[in-house]
This record gives sequence, structure tokens and C-alpha cells, in this order.
Amino acid sequence: MATIEVDGTSYEVDGDRNLLDACLGLGLDLPYFCWHPTLGSVGSCRQCAVRVYANAEDTRGRLVMSCMTPVTDGQRLSIRDPESQAFRDKSIEVTMANHPHDCPVCEEGGECHLQDMTIMSRHTERRYRGLKKTYTNQYLGPCISHEMNRCIACYRCVRFYNDYAGGKDLAVLASKENVYFGRHEDGCLESGFSGNLVEVCPTGVFTDKTLSRSYNRKWDLQSAPSICSSCSLGCNISPGERQGRIKRIVNRYHHDINGYFICDRGRFGYDYTNADQRIQHCSIRQSADVTEEAPDYRDAINAIAVELAGAATGGNLIAIGSDRLSVEANFALQTLVDEDNFYSGMDPVQHQLLQSVLGIYRRPGIHAPTLREIESADAVLILGEDLVNSAPRMALSVRQATRNLSFELARKSQIPLWQDTSVRNLAQDRRSPLMILSVAGTDLDAIASLRLSAAADDIARLGFAVARCLSDRAPAVPNLSPDLESTAAGIADCLLRAKNPVIISGTSCNTPSVVESAAQVAMALSLAKSNGQIRPSWLSYVLPAANSLGLAMLQEGNDDNHLERAMQRVLANPGQCTALILQNDLYARAEPSRVDAFFGNLKSCIVLDQQPNRTTDRANILVPTQTDFETEGTLVNNEGRAQRYFEVFATDNPSLRDNWKTIANMAKAWVNPGTGQGLPESLLALARCENFDDLIALLKNRGGLFGHWDRAAPNAAFRIAGLKIPRMPHRYSGRTSLRANIRVAEAKQPEDRDSPLGFTMEGAPINIPGALTPGFWSPGWNSGESLNKFQDEINGHLKGGDPGLRLLQSPAATDMSAATSSDWFSVPAATPTAANGRLLAVSLPRLFDGEVLSALSPALAQRAELPQLEIHPETAAAVGLVEGHIATIRLESCQLKLPLRFNPRVASGLVAVPADVKTAGILPPVLLPAAVTIE
Amino acid sequence: MSQIGRAVYLTWDYTWSTLRTLWDVASHTFAKRDTVEYPDEMPYLAPRHRGRIVLTRDPEGNERCVACNLCAVACPTDCISLQKTEDETGRWYPEYFRINFSRCVYCGLCEEACPTYAIQLTPDFEMAEYNRQNMVYEKEHLLISGPGKYPDYSFYQVSGKAVSGRAKGEGLNEAKPVNVKSLLP
Ligand code: SF4
Ligand code: SF4
Ligand code: SF4
Ligand code: SF4
Ligand code: FES
Repeated sequence: MATIEVDGTSYEVDGDRNLLDACLGLGLDLPYFCWHPTLGSVGSCRQCAVRVYANAEDTRGRLVMSCMTPVTDGQRLSIRDPESQAFRDKSIEVTMANHPHDCPVCEEGGECHLQDMTIMSRHTERRYRGLKKTYTNQYLGPCISHEMNRCIACYRCVRFYNDYAGGKDLAVLASKENVYFGRHEDGCLESGFSGNLVEVCPTGVFTDKTLSRSYNRKWDLQSAPSICSSCSLGCNISPGERQGRIKRIVNRYHHDINGYFICDRGRFGYDYTNADQRIQHCSIRQSADVTEEAPDYRDAINAIAVELAGAATGGNLIAIGSDRLSVEANFALQTLVDEDNFYSGMDPVQHQLLQSVLGIYRRPGIHAPTLREIESADAVLILGEDLVNSAPRMALSVRQATRNLSFELARKSQIPLWQDTSVRNLAQDRRSPLMILSVAGTDLDAIASLRLSAAADDIARLGFAVARCLSDRAPAVPNLSPDLESTAAGIADCLLRAKNPVIISGTSCNTPSVVESAAQVAMALSLAKSNGQIRPSWLSYVLPAANSLGLAMLQEGNDDNHLERAMQRVLANPGQCTALILQNDLYARAEPSRVDAFFGNLKSCIVLDQQPNRTTDRANILVPTQTDFETEGTLVNNEGRAQRYFEVFATDNPSLRDNWKTIANMAKAWVNPGTGQGLPESLLALARCENFDDLIALLKNRGGLFGHWDRAAPNAAFRIAGLKIPRMPHRYSGRTSLRANIRVAEAKQPEDRDSPLGFTMEGAPINIPGALTPGFWSPGWNSGESLNKFQDEINGHLKGGDPGLRLLQSPAATDMSAATSSDWFSVPAATPTAANGRLLAVSLPRLFDGEVLSALSPALAQRAELPQLEIHPETAAAVGLVEGHIATIRLESCQLKLPLRFNPRVASGLVAVPADVKTAGILPPVLLPAAVTIE
Repeated sequence: MSQIGRAVYLTWDYTWSTLRTLWDVASHTFAKRDTVEYPDEMPYLAPRHRGRIVLTRDPEGNERCVACNLCAVACPTDCISLQKTEDETGRWYPEYFRINFSRCVYCGLCEEACPTYAIQLTPDFEMAEYNRQNMVYEKEHLLISGPGKYPDYSFYQVSGKAVSGRAKGEGLNEAKPVNVKSLLP
């Protein structure tokens, strides 16, 4: 700590920071452009000048760039002295000399850091009368617009895109006054993190093209705290809505998870909610050839209740949940049909994988790290995950983790860590170890110290061998080649030497042994590192969907109620069962012919879904569901953190109700006629749920992991100064005109009984709990940079507390030496080499079109690569296939035709099948890995 | 002053004041009228009078409004709403533009906020309706065919954005686009 005096007031600040960082952290206003909390300082914009004094007697002082000046104890400085103010005013005048006159037609306007800083520096009049410099723009793909005239040459874009995110196709071109930030030629920005340029660029050079289509200013967008549901990491996001459409998504800072950045899938994948194809009305269809009726919501629910009551008396009612929907919706469904009749909708392997992950996370010696912790790791071992495609934001964290060596070197040379360029120059290509074992190579391979492609079981075997090297109490791996033995020893050695090693694995391989081997390594590492005191090893699993873990928790200990069991039950009682399916396209979950048989043998099928798909086609009664932007709920992310998301806007479609509410309404309709005689108490309780907090109370009653469920976010009674938290910015415009064409008398604003947020602009946006913060704004700070007013220190925690509730803790300080042989997992056999034209098909996750809902977004669909089968050239030669050939893969009744591409990083004997949603509809990834014929 | 003296003074004072008022009122019978026989006779209103709002066109005849939303956010009664869209050349314009005149207080803040002189208040004040719904004006009711005040101003001439056939560097006061391939400073 150090004490500094700013304009006569003394403050305690962190001595490792620079002056700008310290001042902003204190809540002081000081303009800046090129400095960024995570990209460090480069001192190029000259906007952050302050006057520092040499000592107590010094009255003249000197101007310095605060972002380039370290904090020293006893330092005296002035932000407000006239000369530094004049300097900043002149400096921005020069910066603005060539700036175009296009704020009115700039998507950044109203949330522009350049506008804010211009006002803050008090530059109000343009004196420059010369010609203005102009630049031509580039086409950068469907997500990002480019308007180079607005550039102020702060270099933030390239520092983020290239240095931070490892992008290759954005550069600074030309020289001196003419520098140009763009690609070598027109074309789509390739990085999966390109969307962050929208927020990183302090001006309107890079803006969100998906917002621009039907643009609204920040002050007109209604927001609520939301959670990305496009992968299992649970990044915090802030979606903006106007007139019933989600217009864009921006990052919502979470200290432990996404920090300042999210991935492009999360940012641009929201369009499914605006899709024309969405299911808007209930429908009832007696059988395939009878015409559909479109009953109103009440009638549909009553019809469902009759079906449910009938089926339940015969013990023929089953329900299938969804790992993409909230815990609450799944819980309501589980309560409706009773636990025994509730099935996860996952295939057996995935279902059991999640149950074991849930168990492993709570073993002694294991800690599920946050992304922030992963970022601080000084050695990373990845087993079988292609992070860029399966958990994009984690890939970005791992990339930063490889920089920890450079930080160490910098510390040794006494270079402050925020001196970004110096730190990078010092380290050159030296990086902390990153060891990647994958089936087909990954996008992080380029910075890996060790990369190895192998079939899933062989990856697991290597993992088990590493565990064995770490602790000889772990079982040995038979028949391992000497090569792999020494690789394993190398990895073990590296993990042992690291201070904070992290092991990452996941469910992408769909192979239990991979998940188990990662746990084995972590346990062995804890043992090896323990010296009396156990320090848990960091082990992180990437999971299939946004709420996989939440669903697994609802079915904790139940290894059996998966999709396959549901199917068996239906096939054993043909024509008897009624199934209630919650937003889950079963055709992507099991072999399609088997799903056909399942539907064929149902008595009646009730489906709740938002998008039409093959499952909704089979529904007798179809009820629309709301998207995550229209309802509230809780998702449990891959580290076991329960995070609440809130309704961004109220739909005016009477058939669209909260998903949990629709299920509670079914209970109500079921209970009403017979006053609930003989029905289970839990069902009656569900029927009594009037608002979200009632349901949360029920869930809390389950105890165990749900015992503190109400703590994930404040309940609907929470108020600040007697008022709800406004979803609308305080200058939300057009309220008396937006709907005046329909009816000139203004309607009452919708009420929200389920949360402490209001659909209005009433209420002071101050001191808001982190979990309830819809977005960031502060007087004079209209851009996202206003975040610094919400953090306890720069890059620190939100003042209102980090959103969410960590549910899983490994038992504290348990004696690891008690680990018995039954605690160790057993080693799988090696994958047999390919024979007689059969290859092992594996599934590869895909960033842009691999997740069922976000893939519906046209911008992402356009960015996705064409699906191709990937194969090692030698493997192809062995089975007599050439590149470009349209190969046919057969597995059970599935037949997939795709062009073949050679990729030397695919392990030999394997053919890699893309897991994009189209391909998944033909050959569901859950069927893989499996031996297939290929021709 | 004695009691009596005061009583005499007050009586005189009230009487005089009453007589003078009667004279004043009566004399107006012959004075020139301040009111006019509206609507038979129309009053003169200065061009800067704040009445019915119009959307104007630039000298080239294009819609001036660029859908920047500044008028909407400046409006104290929130009675303006619009939605930005753009044409194939990248020119922004409002897809719809709506003013709810039943809420408008004719303060003129929208006109002041407008960076393109698109929105202007005119001296026309005759907007009464029997049905309030009829006071909701859409773009087709607001858009006029000329530039109104400031006839010469054209935002896209000076904006720096390339639109409608005007490439980068062809606006007012603009240099030719930078040659990125040159390494000369
Ligand atoms: S494009 Fe934006 S981020 Fe990049 S240098 Fe210019 S102003 Fe800075
Ligand atoms: S898809 Fe995953 S990594 Fe990307 S923003 Fe969403 S939660 Fe974060
Ligand atoms: S004159 Fe005033 S009240 Fe009327 S539309 Fe303009 S800003 Fe709004
Ligand atoms: S301020 Fe002017 S240019 Fe902007 S939206 Fe209103 S009328 Fe159009
Ligand atoms: S922020 Fe300090 S020089 Fe740019």
C-alpha cells in the first residue's frame, strides 16, 4: 500500500499500480484513451496528464502521463491544476482535429468514450479549419462495422485483438500520421472474440453491425442482468431491448468469470429470440392428419391438465427436462410429474458424466477454479477439450495464463506489470507451460508447450500415466509406449514445479475415462503437493450446456433417469405413456430412428418449446416457451455457481408465460377440479406458487445444494430507497409516442412481481447489488468505461458484490492420505488401431454453429465454416480416401455425407465429425465416439 | 390628521378612482381592437413562433433527418419516437418517425437538439382535434418538400461519412483518403 495526495486529499492506494489506475480506482475523474485495465499502458494518447510534485516543498511540479507513472508512497499530484487541465484540453483538440462530424450517424454516439472525454477535458470548440484526413473503410464481416475516419490511434484494438486474444488478421498498417487499423484486405474478422472490439475501441471505428441493422441508442435500450446461455461458463451479459426485440448484447463485468470480455457466440448469438419462426401460440393436434387447433393459453393448459391427470393415475406420465433451461423450470417439471418420472433428456453417457463431475468437484483435494483463477495459473494441462470451440471465454483465460511467466520475469527485472509493451518485449516468446492433449488439435496449439493428438481413451491413458507419475498410489497404466511414459513424466514434472497448476477437461469427448483421468491427475497432484496441509488442485470441467450442472444437481445421485430409460419405459408400454418434453429436441439427443419409435409409441406428447424442430412436429399439444431474455431463472455454470438472470422485457403475447409459470399453471389446472384429493403435497405446493419467490422457497426446502437458493440474488421484495431497480436508463425516450399509433392513451407499464427490477426508469441506479445491475452508466461516463465507478478498485470486485452463489466446495482440509484404492479411477484399454475400413468417429465442437439456439443467429451462421469431415492424410490413405471426396459415414441408421478435409492434427485412425447443429441432426454427437464405416 | 379629515380624503379617493375606471372602460368603446375575428382574420405569427413540427429536406431534396434520436432524447414529454434504418449506400434515415402532438408542449427543444436542421417548429398552431388519436403524426404527415429554415445546410456534405455516391474525401473540407499502402509519412 502507498499513500498519495491528490489535490490536497490523502488516499491509500495499491503501490503496484500506475497513477491513472489508482486515481480512477478512487472514483476520481481523469480522462484517458489508450490505457485499459487489462491491456495496460502504452502512453500513446497523451490524455491522462497530471501534475506531480517532487516533494512537499515543490510548488512548480511537472506534467507527467499518469498512466505511465508508478504510484510511489507519499506522492503528491494534482488533477485539477490549471496547467494540466489546459494540457488535456489542447491534447484532445489535436486528437479531434481530424475527427469527422458524424456523431449523429455513429453507432457509438451516446455511449462513446471519446465524447465523454472530450466533455471531461472541456474541449468545446473546434478551431482547426484545415482539410480533414479521410480513410476508406473495410468490410469486416457480418458482426462488426468499420468507420476508420473516427480513429484516434490509441492502439487498443490491435493490443486486444492480437496481443490479448491472439488474433492474426487485424493490424496497424501504414505509418506516422496515416496509421490504419484494419485487415490486409476486406474480409470477416476471424477471431471468435472480435466482438470485444466494439467495447475496447473508445470511438466508433468498430461498432456492432447486428445492432446497427435496427439501431437504438444506449439510452433507449432496456436492460436486465442476464447470463449467457450459449455455453457452460455462464458469462454475465447485459442484453438491450427496444420495442420487443433484443437489439444487442454487451459484456456485464463479473470479476471471477468473464471480466471485461465475452466471446462472439455470446455477443452475437441472440437473434433466435427475434426469429420469425418462433412458436407464438399454443396448438393442439389430435393426430398427424387432423387439422390443428389454436386454443388460447388457458384452454391449452386445461387440456394438458386432463392428459396429465389421466396419465398419472395409470402411472404412465413421464417428463423430459432440458439442460439449457433454468433450474427452476426443470424443478417445476420434476415436481409436477414426481422425481421418479422425470428424465434428464441426456443420453446415458452424458448423464452419468455429469453425475460424476458433480461428485468429483466435491472430492477432497479438488477445487473448481473460476476463470480468474485459471488466468492466474502458471501451468495448464488440457485433456480432450478444444476450448476455443467448446468454452470460448475459457480459452481466452488460458491464453492469459500462459503469460504468467512473463509477469514473473518482469517482476524480477522490476518492470511494473502494467507496462504492457515492456513486459511483452521482455518475455518475447517465452510462455508458461500449456499442455494440450486433444483428438484433433485446437486453436490454442500455437502457444502450447506440448500438443498431442490421440483418441479419447488414449488421452485418458496418458492422463492416468501422469497421475501415476505424481503419486505411486494411483494405479499404473499398462502397455504404455516408452515415448508416452516420458511425455507423462514431463507433464507431471511440469505440474509439480508450478505454483498454481490447473487441469482442464470436459465432456466434449463424451468419454468417461477422459473426465476421470483429469480428476485422477488432480487428486494425485494434491497428494504429491501436500505437506501435511492439503491444498486442493484446480480442476475445471467444460460441460455440454448452460445448465448441465444445475440439472445434474436436481437429479443428484440418480444415475438412471436419462433419456434412454425414458425411451425404454415408453417402448415397454406401447401406446400407454404421456410425455411432457421441456424444450429439448430429442432428435439431437439419440439415434433418430429410436426417437421415432419413442414418439410412435406414446399415447400423447406435450411439448414446450420456443423454436420449431422435429420434436415439436411430433407434439399433440404444443405450448410456446420464453427465451432467456423474456423470463427469469437460475443457471449453474461449470464451476457450480448459481447465477440468476432476469426478464429483460415483458412480452405482450398472452400465450408466452414464464416457463416455470406455465408448468405451475399446469399443476394448478390439474389440482383445481378434484381439489387435490390424493395428490402429492409437492404438487399441491407447486400449484400454490404465485410468483418466482414462492418457487424458490420450494426449491430451498429441498435443502442440500439448494439450501441457500434464495441467496443467488435478492428477492422481489428488495428495494433501494423504497424503489425497485430501473430496467430503463434514466433518459429512455419516446415513452408517450412509442405505442401512440396503436392507442394514444399510454398504457400502464407492465408490473414485475417476480423480481426487484421494474420496467420503468424510476429508482436510483446507485448501490445496486452486483446480481441486480442491469448495465453500467454513471454521470459523465456514458460508455462502458463507466464500469470503473462500480468496482471497488480497477479490475476488482463489483462494489455491489460478485453476482452468483458458489454451490460446490470440496471438503476443507480433509486428510488425503485416507484416499483408498476405491477412490482411484481405473485405467481404460488403449484404442485399438483402425481395421477393415472402420474408423473411430469423434465429434468436434463448433464455435459459431455448435449451439442449438445461437446457431439460429444469421450473423453467426454466416461466420461458420462449412461443415467438413477432418482426417489425417495418412489415415485417409490407409482407407483409400482422397481430400475433397464427399465421404459417407454410416452408424446404425444414421448416414452422414460430408466433404473430406485433410488435417494433420487429427489423431490417426480417427475421423472428426463437426458438431454443428445441422450435422448433429443427422448424426447426433452423443452417439460418438464410435467405430463407423466410411467410404 | 383628524378623524374627519381622513374620512373626507378616503371618500374623495374612492369616488375618483371609480369615475376614472368608468372613463377608461367607456373610452375603449372607440379604441382600436387588439383581438381579431379569428378564424375569419388570421393573426401574424413570426417565423420563429413555435407551432406544428415539420421534418424538412436538404437542398438536394433528400430527407434531412438521419435518425440520430437526439430530438427524441431532448424532448421533455417524450412524445417523439423513431427508428433508424439505412439505405443501401449507408445513409441513415428514419424507418418511422412519430410525434404525439397531444403530449407536445411546443418547447422547441427538439429543434435545438437536431444536428441536421431536420426537425423545425413552424408558426402553424391550428392542430385541434375532436379525437385525440388524430394528434399522432407519422412521418408522412410531418415531412415537407423543402428545407424550411437554413435552406443551404446539408449534413451529409460535412459528416465525413460516405453515402449516396459521395465517396470518402468528396465532402466539404475533406482530404483525399489516406493511401494505406504508402510508407511515406
Ligand atoms: S480503431 Fe479504435 S481502438 Fe483502434 S486505434 Fe483507432 S480508436 Fe483506438
Ligand atoms: S458462449 Fe460461453 S464463453 Fe461465450 S459469452 Fe457465452 S458463456 Fe461466455
Ligand atoms: S416541442 Fe418540445 S415537447 Fe414538443 S416534440 Fe419538441 S421537444 Fe417535445
Ligand atoms: S434530431 Fe434531427 S436528425 Fe436527429 S432524429 Fe431528430 S429530426 Fe432526425
Ligand atoms: S491513457 Fe495515458 S497516455 Fe493514453
